[in-house]
Amino acid sequence: MAETTLGHADQTAPRPPGLRGFVADWSSDQRAFKGVSWGKAMMWIFLLSDTFIFGCFLLSYMTARMSTVVPWPNPSEVFALHLFGQDIPLILIAIMTFVLISSSGTMAMAVNFGYRRDRRKTAILMLLTAALGATFVGMQAFEWTKLITEGVRPWENPWGAAQFGSTFFMITGFHGTHVTIGVIFLLIVARKVWRGDYETGARGFFTSRRGQYESVEIMGLYWHFVDLVWVFIFAFFYLW
Amino acid sequence: MAQVEARDHGLHGHAAPAQAGAHAQGQQHPIKLYLVVWGWLFILSACSYAVDYFALQGMLRWSLILIFMMLKAGLIVAVFMHMAWERLALAYAIIVPPLVILVFVAIMVVESRYTEITRVLSFGAGQ
Repeated sequence: MAETTLGHADQTAPRPPGLRGFVADWSSDQRAFKGVSWGKAMMWIFLLSDTFIFGCFLLSYMTARMSTVVPWPNPSEVFALHLFGQDIPLILIAIMTFVLISSSGTMAMAVNFGYRRDRRKTAILMLLTAALGATFVGMQAFEWTKLITEGVRPWENPWGAAQFGSTFFMITGFHGTHVTIGVIFLLIVARKVWRGDYETGARGFFTSRRGQYESVEIMGLYWHFVDLVWVFIFAFFYLW
Repeated sequence: MAQVEARDHGLHGHAAPAQAGAHAQGQQHPIKLYLVVWGWLFILSACSYAVDYFALQGMLRWSLILIFMMLKAGLIVAVFMHMAWERLALAYAIIVPPLVILVFVAIMVVESRYTEITRVLSFGAGQ
């Protein structure tokens, strides 16, 4: 019980809403984030720091692209696939986007069923999310293979500015790593849900603390963030 | 209807009533909300793909890309990540700091323009 009290901010006294609430929560010696457990707050703060990492990546890409005097390769043509007897621009990236968005949808529903304590549906939806995530990484591996065989390297490529390769591999590589780590964590949390660890109060193998269904939501925050980053990569790197 | 059924499942599901009480405050929204947002994300993605497919150019292209991007990001953060239901103390702490990146963008735009001009002046156009 002591653990639950530590994990959840007390919600006894009613707090003012809106802007007044924002000032009230942040003033004086107290927990700023009411009704948010430390796990969720820390995940948000981690995601904030990750935002800066990807922000810097996209910034360096912008700087490289704006300052080069050599023409930038046209991503619409570079990422085109020859399907059904014609070149369809950017089709693989579009499919990857839809796959990742779908995985975000299934994850959001998994969180919902988790709070309804529907173990079966939660675990199945999380496994589906992991499968879609793995599909995404697989398609990314295909894309990398295709570009590498076409001669794209971090230092050169057949179509134009050399920085195209370096920014491409760095940005999509880091994003793919995030997706891969997410898939691994999804499988771990899905297994815990399936076994009912959050109901029997089994202790985790790493922290030795009792888990809660909130872990599913925290996992979801990470996964949605991965999707969120892809929204920006898709817009700035592939479409721009 | 599905919701009632799910609640029912929930009643049978919990083993530790004390813990269940702690979670009663958790985020609970109808599944339909997620499906609607999912649908909108699909539509918006299709729109941004269409921008490329129909090869729109110039300001139209860039403004459409940015609009669709911000709408998608907003939907994901607000609904999927439940930020719309969190208190402003958390929302401001997480959403305001990334805006500083825009200052960084402005600085680097100036810097890269300067680099480009230097390159053109020193090496001539095309390296």
